[in-house]
Amino acid sequence: MELLIDGIKKAIDMILSGDREVFAITWLTLKVCLISILISTFIGLPLGIFLGLTRFKGRRILLLFINIGMGLPPVVAGLWITMLLWRSGPLGDLTLLYSPTAIVMAQILVSLPIVTSLTCTAFQQISEKMLLQIKALGATRMQTLIILIKQLKIAILAAIMAGFGRVIAEVGAAMMVGGNILGDTRILTTTIVMEVSKGNFDIALALSFILLSLALLITAALTFLQQRKRIS
Amino acid sequence: MNPLVELNNITVKAQNKTILDIPEFQICAGEFLGIMGPNGAGKSTLLKVLAFLEKQSGGEILYRGKVIPKGNVPLELRRKFSIALQQSLLLDGTVFHNIAIGLTLRKLPKGDIKDKVAHWLELFGISHLAKKNALYLSGGEAQRVNLARAMIVEPEILFLDEPFSALDFPTKIKLMEDFKGIIETARTTAVFVSHDLMEINYLTNRLAIIVNGEVKQSGPTPRVLEHPNSSTASFLNEWKKFYPLAR
Repeated sequence: MELLIDGIKKAIDMILSGDREVFAITWLTLKVCLISILISTFIGLPLGIFLGLTRFKGRRILLLFINIGMGLPPVVAGLWITMLLWRSGPLGDLTLLYSPTAIVMAQILVSLPIVTSLTCTAFQQISEKMLLQIKALGATRMQTLIILIKQLKIAILAAIMAGFGRVIAEVGAAMMVGGNILGDTRILTTTIVMEVSKGNFDIALALSFILLSLALLITAALTFLQQRKRIS
Repeated sequence: MNPLVELNNITVKAQNKTILDIPEFQICAGEFLGIMGPNGAGKSTLLKVLAFLEKQSGGEILYRGKVIPKGNVPLELRRKFSIALQQSLLLDGTVFHNIAIGLTLRKLPKGDIKDKVAHWLELFGISHLAKKNALYLSGGEAQRVNLARAMIVEPEILFLDEPFSALDFPTKIKLMEDFKGIIETARTTAVFVSHDLMEINYLTNRLAIIVNGEVKQSGPTPRVLEHPNSSTASFLNEWKKFYPLAR
C-alpha cells in the first residue's frame, strides 16, 4: 500500500516538476499510439466495412486470418517487423529499425486485425432488408455508407477503442523493434519494464499511473463521442 | 390507362430454380394494385423487380414505354418510387429524422424538409412523436412512421410489402383506415403485396394472384375474388372461409 501511495506521489511529482525526460517519453507514447490507431482505423474501417457487406470467394479465409491476427502475440509481431526492417531484410534499405516508425508498424500489425474484425462483425449484422430499405429511400452508395456508419457509430468506436487498448498496452514488439533508446524510441511501457528490471518500483509505478491516465483520457474522449446525443 | 411500368417476359432465377416467370404485367397510373398469393409464391420478388430493386434474370422492364437497361437503373428513376416493408426498419434517430431521410438524401432545402415533415407527421397523426427516438416506438407508431417516410417523397409508385401484417387487429384496422384516406387524397399509385384477403379487399382496386412464380389471375379486385379461376380457386376459397367479401 505504501508503495502504491509513493508511486502516485512520484507520478504527481514527475508531472508537476516538468521532468523533461518523462514528458518526452509520454509525448512519444501518445504520438506513436495515436498514429498507429489512426492508420489502423484508416485501413481497418473500410476493410471491415467491405468484408462485412460483401461476399466473395476467399472471404472466409481472409476473415479467419484477420481473426487469428486479433490474438497475434506482440513479440511475434515484433519479430516479423524486425526481420522485415533488418539490414538484410526486404525493407532494410529504409533503415527504420530502432525508430518510432518501426514501433508504429508493429502497433499497426497488432491493432489492425482488431479494428477490421470488429468493424466487419458490426456491418455483418446489417440485414439485407435494411440495405434494401435504404436503397429504396433513394440513397446513393456513398449515402448508404454514411447512413450505416452513423447507425453503427457505437460499434465502430468500440472497435477503435479496442484497437487503442491494444496499442497503448503493447510492450514486447515496441521493445524489440524500437530498442528502448532514450530520447528516440523509449515509450512508457518499455520504460516501465526497464525500471522494474532495475528494481525501481516507485518510478515504474509512477510511470504506470501516467500511462493509465493517458489511456483513460483517450478512452474517455472516444466514449464521449460514442455515447453523445442518444435520444430516448 | 397508360402503364407506368411494364414487364415483358420477365424471369427471375436463383440456384437454377425459377422464382418468377411473368410473360406480361403492368402497373397503371392511379391504381391500387394488390398482389396476393401463398407464402413463397414470389410476391416480394415481383415487388422488388417492379421497383427496380432486384435484377431480373431475363426479359425487359419498361418505364413509361422506355426500356430500362438491366442493372443500370438511373438514380432519378429509383427516386420516383418508394417502399414500405413489413418491418418498419427505422434508423436510430428521431421520428422527424426518420421521416425526413428521403428528402435529406434528395438534398432538399432544410426549410422545405421541415415543412413537409410537419405536414406528413400531422397526416399520420404522429406530430407528438416528432422528437422521440424511432427505435422506442410501438409497432403501430413505427409503421405510421414507416408509411410517412415512404409517402413524404411523393412517389410516383408506392410499393408496400405487407406493412400491416405484424400489427394487432385494432391497430391494423385504424392504420388501414387512415392510410386509405391519405393515399386516396394524394392519388398515389400503389402496389400492395399481402397474403391477407381482408387487407387486399379493403385497399385495392385491382388484384393479381401469383402462385409458384406465375400470375395466375388478374383483374378488378371484386371480380377476381368473386370469380376465381381454376388456378386460384383453392387458394382464395381457403381465405373466403374466414372473411366475408363485403367491401
